[in-house]
Amino acid sequence: MATRKKKKAGGAVYIVDGSRTPFLKVKGAPGPFLASDLAVAAARPLLARQPFEISALDEVIVGCVMPTPDEVNVARIIALRLGCDKNLPAWTVQRNCASGLQALDCAYQNIKDGRSDIVLAGGAESMSHAPVLLNDTMVGWLGEWAGAKKFGQKIKTLGKLRGGHLKPIIGLLRGLSDPVIGLSMGQTAENLAYRFGINRETMDAFAVDSHKRLTAAQEGGYLDDEIEAVYDSRGKSYQHDDGVRADSSVDKLGKLRPVFDRKFGKVTAGNSAQVTDGAAMLLLASEYAVEQYDLKAMGRIVDSEWAGLDPAQMGLGPAHAMAPILKRQKMAVSDIDYWEVNEAFATQVLACVEAWQDEDYCKNELGLKEPLGKIDRARLNIDGGGVSLGHPVGASGARIVLHILNILERNDAQHGMASLCIGGGQGGAMLVTRDVKEDKG
Amino acid sequence: MTMAESKHWRTERDADGIAWLYFDMAETSTNILSVETIAEFDAHLRDIESSPPKGLVILSDKKSGFIAGADIKGFTGMESVEQAAEFMRGMHTVLNRLEAFSFPTVSLIRGFCLGGGLELALATDYRIADEDPKTRLGLPEVRLGIHPGFGGTVRAPRLVGAPTAMDMMLSGRALSARVAKKVGLIDYAVPERQLLRAAKMIIAEAPARHRPGRVARLSNHPLVRPLLAKYLKRTVAKKANPDHYPAPYAMIDLWAKHFDNPSKMYAEEAHSVASLVVGDTAQNLIRVFFLQEEMKALGRKNKFHADRVHVVGAGVMGGDIAAWCALRGLHVTLQDQSPERIAPAMKRAHALFKKKLRQPRLIQAAMDRLMPDVKGVGVERADVIIEAIFENAEAKQNLYRLLEPRMKPTALLTTNTSSIPLEVLSEVLEDPKRLVGLHFFNPVAQMQLVEIVKGEQTSQSIANQAAAFTRQIDRLPLPVKSSPGFLVNRILMPYLLEAVVLESEGLRPELIDKAATDFGMPMGPIELADTVGLDICLAVAETLAESLEVEIPAKLRSMVSSGNLGRKSGKGFYSYNKGKPEKAKCEGESMPADLTDRMMFRMLNESMACLREGVVESADLLDAGVIFGTGFAPFRGGPMHHIHTSGSQSMKNRIDDLSQKYDGRFEPDAAWGSL
Repeated sequence: MATRKKKKAGGAVYIVDGSRTPFLKVKGAPGPFLASDLAVAAARPLLARQPFEISALDEVIVGCVMPTPDEVNVARIIALRLGCDKNLPAWTVQRNCASGLQALDCAYQNIKDGRSDIVLAGGAESMSHAPVLLNDTMVGWLGEWAGAKKFGQKIKTLGKLRGGHLKPIIGLLRGLSDPVIGLSMGQTAENLAYRFGINRETMDAFAVDSHKRLTAAQEGGYLDDEIEAVYDSRGKSYQHDDGVRADSSVDKLGKLRPVFDRKFGKVTAGNSAQVTDGAAMLLLASEYAVEQYDLKAMGRIVDSEWAGLDPAQMGLGPAHAMAPILKRQKMAVSDIDYWEVNEAFATQVLACVEAWQDEDYCKNELGLKEPLGKIDRARLNIDGGGVSLGHPVGASGARIVLHILNILERNDAQHGMASLCIGGGQGGAMLVTRDVKEDKG
Repeated sequence: MTMAESKHWRTERDADGIAWLYFDMAETSTNILSVETIAEFDAHLRDIESSPPKGLVILSDKKSGFIAGADIKGFTGMESVEQAAEFMRGMHTVLNRLEAFSFPTVSLIRGFCLGGGLELALATDYRIADEDPKTRLGLPEVRLGIHPGFGGTVRAPRLVGAPTAMDMMLSGRALSARVAKKVGLIDYAVPERQLLRAAKMIIAEAPARHRPGRVARLSNHPLVRPLLAKYLKRTVAKKANPDHYPAPYAMIDLWAKHFDNPSKMYAEEAHSVASLVVGDTAQNLIRVFFLQEEMKALGRKNKFHADRVHVVGAGVMGGDIAAWCALRGLHVTLQDQSPERIAPAMKRAHALFKKKLRQPRLIQAAMDRLMPDVKGVGVERADVIIEAIFENAEAKQNLYRLLEPRMKPTALLTTNTSSIPLEVLSEVLEDPKRLVGLHFFNPVAQMQLVEIVKGEQTSQSIANQAAAFTRQIDRLPLPVKSSPGFLVNRILMPYLLEAVVLESEGLRPELIDKAATDFGMPMGPIELADTVGLDICLAVAETLAESLEVEIPAKLRSMVSSGNLGRKSGKGFYSYNKGKPEKAKCEGESMPADLTDRMMFRMLNESMACLREGVVESADLLDAGVIFGTGFAPFRGGPMHHIHTSGSQSMKNRIDDLSQKYDGRFEPDAAWGSL
């Protein structure tokens, strides 16, 4: 087995390339792809087009919230399926909705520390394969059944079986609720709508906009270089994010009923992120690797940040994670050319924008002297987001970083910020730049 | 002989008193049972018997496997039935001695355990095999026109019952260790790490020997055998004509008549297999076996080894070639213009992997090796590029222009063209020497033959590399000259066209096809034309017509222009119902006396021409190519062999007759004169 080369610490960290699958809306039944299938479909062509061999990788890091029981350390499975060396370490990271961003951040840190030169990192999620579990009473009954050796005992045990034993636990629903505060993610979004007085029409308009923006991006071919088609075994190929509704309108969305706070709420399926399968995989490299293989970088990671906040307000996570980066980098809102704030809920993105303009919030919650200012909607999620293309929880963090780099290139811009809110009350953010020469900071 | 003089076998006794008898045939990588190795085996058994051990384990020292079978070369030298029977009886005595040992005996099997090798293992009390997929157990004798002759026809039905044993022996199919355990052919299938332990434990425990289940036992009952025999013969008759392939029928009779009397059955087995082995069918099939070995050897002239293959064109041929390469362990990129074009190929690949690999994790691994590649990023790293786009010289040339500068200098550039001269295609290359044809046949997964097409400009070393690659993916390379139709299509087409002419003369397709299958063709020419697609037949015929004297029957053109393309369109010469032709019975209908000759002599005459023109190097390779490429009656040993064994002079007279009777089509090739 090859021994680990000694690497240089402290240099810049580049994102050299990336690919993602189309995001495929879950339509009830389990979809055609597992998380590893999706990550392999994204990373295989990505690696095939690199000037370096796959053996140049130092590690594989993948974010995934709910790997199926067969692929618990899904990163290792992905690495082996891609044909990586057996001696290549691979690990899976979990920070709920920001797992994909966490994977990139881990790769960033390891390269910065000189532990790795080239890392394949990203996120993958097959929400349609989220487990359905047996409840504890049933598991207890099964234990009793296995212990019943004699026929009489078996009959007796059988007699104890009740209808309630068979009630399944839907893993996906449990995953999308916070057991500490007893609220679903949608209910935390209702909290934000209440706090900032965001009305139903504003949310729905934001959602319609998201669909229109994604439609325009698809028609403009802006996603063609980002997406690799995936193929199932039944002769079908999938090439586009299929949750988009080009004909979405405020009228149509207005007819949907609130699903989290029934009857009286404002958050509906139409102004929330879609439940989706997808993967996004990126290649991060050290300065040394970029020189050695003559790689053309898409951009450089400038900074990253994680923040915690009240779980009942979890949707404001981006406001908390992005603010310290601006402060550290001595940047103003206007210095950031484009923003990707993951659309878990339309109202949650709107609330983040509100929070930064709110003197009270900035002072009391973010510890700032003054409000940060307004993020221009024209520079925020310009090609749509979770509401229109879905939010495969483990993958979204990687997708928004990949996509902001594409946006920067398309618009010949410099700085991009990608951020997500995280169930449980956290926020994560990453600042990237196309100015690949390291600036002081 | 003393044990110290042994060349092939070695006995070791361990501290537990177990004798370990190793087979390690000298100067070869594969153990086979020849006169010499059997004699030595016998000497070791006698020696072991003289001071009985606690138990005996028979095992192999070879990496390739246990025992690959009997010495087939030895069979070609057998001159008389009596000589062959004597050889079989000798082995019967040896294996009966082994079977009668008072101490437990075990065969420890890894890798191939075939034919005589499995028959030997059947004579031990127990069989333990490595569960690895490389382990294959089978009795493939029927494929050489014979049947098991070392007591296998007696011991196999006794051990596992007639249905399983007969299925194995009649199909020649090999079983995995897992399946062999399930049917009772072996006692345990274990991982390699437990093999030795398992052998020791089974000797210590000496459990009851395996017996077949009640139903399997019943199948050998004297009242059941005649009924089952009848059923088996009916089933076999669907696949093998008794006049052409007597072995399966002999095997069924042997069992039906003599199963209750083993000693008689051994004697009858020896006699039956001896009569078969000296017969024409077996001798020709053995010849075909060696022709196959000859083609395999062509792949060893060069050490070329590929890891990555890039296929351009995801149509039926390109897609299936890509899938086949991935199945054989290569990393494959498959390029076409859009995902929609590649998706159907991925579906077919998945179906192929499912059929061949079965286990989900192996299917997944094969799918992971096959990457759809619309952007063509696989070109740079490919060791072999296979172009399989539509037959258009300009399109192919444009593609090569793009490919060549991006390819590795050592990569092979190959084309699956069936009609465009390589000399033309290579014009656009910086280095025309590197273009070589790899002409696969449809369906790729079933047709073993690949024509290695060497253009005027192709270097020999490149052609050798192409042959080595063909072997790497377990296909048979046949080097051919880049001339119209190469070998297989050129020989096949006149035969198909003659059948179409016969049909337009008013003969029913059923009758034409029957004449051909009676001759020994696997499928009649009319049905074959329908299956290939009449449009494809016409296209190939038209290409051939450009340079050879091939007359295209008007009927073929009219059918194509009216959209009746054969099986794929639901109607050709036959009408198709769910992909099956609707055929009327033609029992008792009289055939024109020269029906068979008219079809076959078109083929034979073209074979003579190909050999004379040097399309292939030798008559043997021509026979091999035509058998593996067209299914030409293998028991006749190939067209050239058929001409010789039927009497060259009488064959020449027959074509002269045809030539006088029918216009130009039967003009004897110049080569007939020099026979």
